[in-house]
Amino acid sequence: MLKQAIENLGNHTIQGVWRIGFACRFFLAVLLHSGTAFRRFGLTIREMYFTGVLSLIIILVSGLFVGMVLGLQGYETLQRYGSESALGTLVALSLVRELGPVLAGLLFASRAGSAITAEIGLMKTTEQLSAMEMMAVDPLARVVAPRFWAGVISMPLLATLFSAMGILGGYLVGVRLIGVDEGTFWSQMQGSVDFTQDILNGVIKSVVFGLAVTTIALFEGYDAPPTAEGVSGATTRTVVTSSLVVLALDFVLTAFMFRGLN
Amino acid sequence: MKTPVNGDEAPGLGRIAALHSSNRLDDLQHDTLVEIENAVFGYGARPVLKGVNLTAKRGQVVAIMGSSGCGKTTLLRLIGGQIKASQGTVRVAGESPGELDRTGLYRLRRKMGMLFQFGALFTDMSAFDNVAFQLREHTDLPEDAIRDLVLMKLHAVGLRGAAHLMPAELSGGMARRVALARAIALEPMLVMYDEPFAGLDPISLGVTGNLIRRLTDTLGLTSLVVTHDVQESLKIVDYVYFVSEGVIMAEGTAAEIRASGLPYVHQFVHGESDGPVPFHYPARPYADDLGLGEGSA
Repeated sequence: MLKQAIENLGNHTIQGVWRIGFACRFFLAVLLHSGTAFRRFGLTIREMYFTGVLSLIIILVSGLFVGMVLGLQGYETLQRYGSESALGTLVALSLVRELGPVLAGLLFASRAGSAITAEIGLMKTTEQLSAMEMMAVDPLARVVAPRFWAGVISMPLLATLFSAMGILGGYLVGVRLIGVDEGTFWSQMQGSVDFTQDILNGVIKSVVFGLAVTTIALFEGYDAPPTAEGVSGATTRTVVTSSLVVLALDFVLTAFMFRGLN
Repeated sequence: MKTPVNGDEAPGLGRIAALHSSNRLDDLQHDTLVEIENAVFGYGARPVLKGVNLTAKRGQVVAIMGSSGCGKTTLLRLIGGQIKASQGTVRVAGESPGELDRTGLYRLRRKMGMLFQFGALFTDMSAFDNVAFQLREHTDLPEDAIRDLVLMKLHAVGLRGAAHLMPAELSGGMARRVALARAIALEPMLVMYDEPFAGLDPISLGVTGNLIRRLTDTLGLTSLVVTHDVQESLKIVDYVYFVSEGVIMAEGTAAEIRASGLPYVHQFVHGESDGPVPFHYPARPYADDLGLGEGSA
């Protein structure tokens, strides 16, 4: 019983390490085969439509509601200390530093990541990738790399739009609904949000999340067993793994970026 | 390797011995497009091919038959360079796909076409774009010329009018024909068909079989057909190889195969449920499983 448990633990550990190694090699192979994605940028643009444009609705609506909730909750807390004028700062910093990149990353993993995994997995299951190989066309260059770069480019744009919509939501609730002074709301925000420390770091976070989520989604699809159950499992793993990786990376990046700030 | 058949039991099937041991092979060498000698391959510890010898001459339709899981598709994968034989040699047009680097292998594959079991059409592209795929990837032809070529290929398989349809809008037989048009888009020297008749209705079956024969003759290519549809394939093939237990069990022309007295070939050709390929998977005695054997409580 104990021996069996240890064997299982060892087996799972070896499998896990093997998969991480395989994923790293896959990531490097995608980078090496990225020439086509830039030479024929139309392929990447097409994938940006599927991963980015088709994710816009969920990103914009979620951003708006998150901003509105921030406006409500922020005002409720700040007014206890007579600091409701700082509502604009609270909403903007929360969104551009954390909520924008992280929530957009999680939504991106759920919407675009799962779609990428399912598509690549089904292409494998239906032998489309093998057919491409047999036609002397490298699937990594033709199928995977354009999707990879589309995800990496789309993610910061989506995160930025999420933050912008969130700020709009905060403005609607804080200024229009509750009655915080409009000039104070915007001027406090303008005065306290730093382009490099806050906005640029938020964009860097979203680029890293885009890299991570897209790599995981592509790898899971490419590595999926060619069965219905295999593709289903791979899609689930993409969402779960991507979400955990986004949250873990957020902590690490935050620790590096905002360490020592006030 | 099991000796295929002797001439007394099945006239003509004993040609394998003559073919592989006499000077005829040397005489035909320049006509030989695909040549597999003593190929051995296994998936992990499970051996699949245990020393296969196979030859396909230019302009021929060659069928590879055998029961499911006997290694037919593995042979195609060896020829296509997707896997490498652990022993023996595989040569296509004088080159060994398993020994080539990526560039060389891709160069060789441009001279090959492959029809997958269910077509493997790209589901995000129309029939037209599927056929145009290789032309766009491998040539610098202007779009007008590509359009003409694609319509010619689709016309050859009778689906010029379906050029605008997406794969989801095609029937199984039509998808197979579009895939065939795609496979011959670059006018390859060799086309491999993996179960081209699987799941087709009788009309589509006949259409597909005739297309394979007609395209082979008119384009002067070589066709390797992996199938277990005996009746349909025997109508169109020049030569047949039977694979069983990892070796070529028998070979010959369609007429020779029909006349074969070999138990395995006879069972296969006539679709008998029991014979050298048993109906029952190996198991303990039936009575034991039912608890009726000796010593059962």
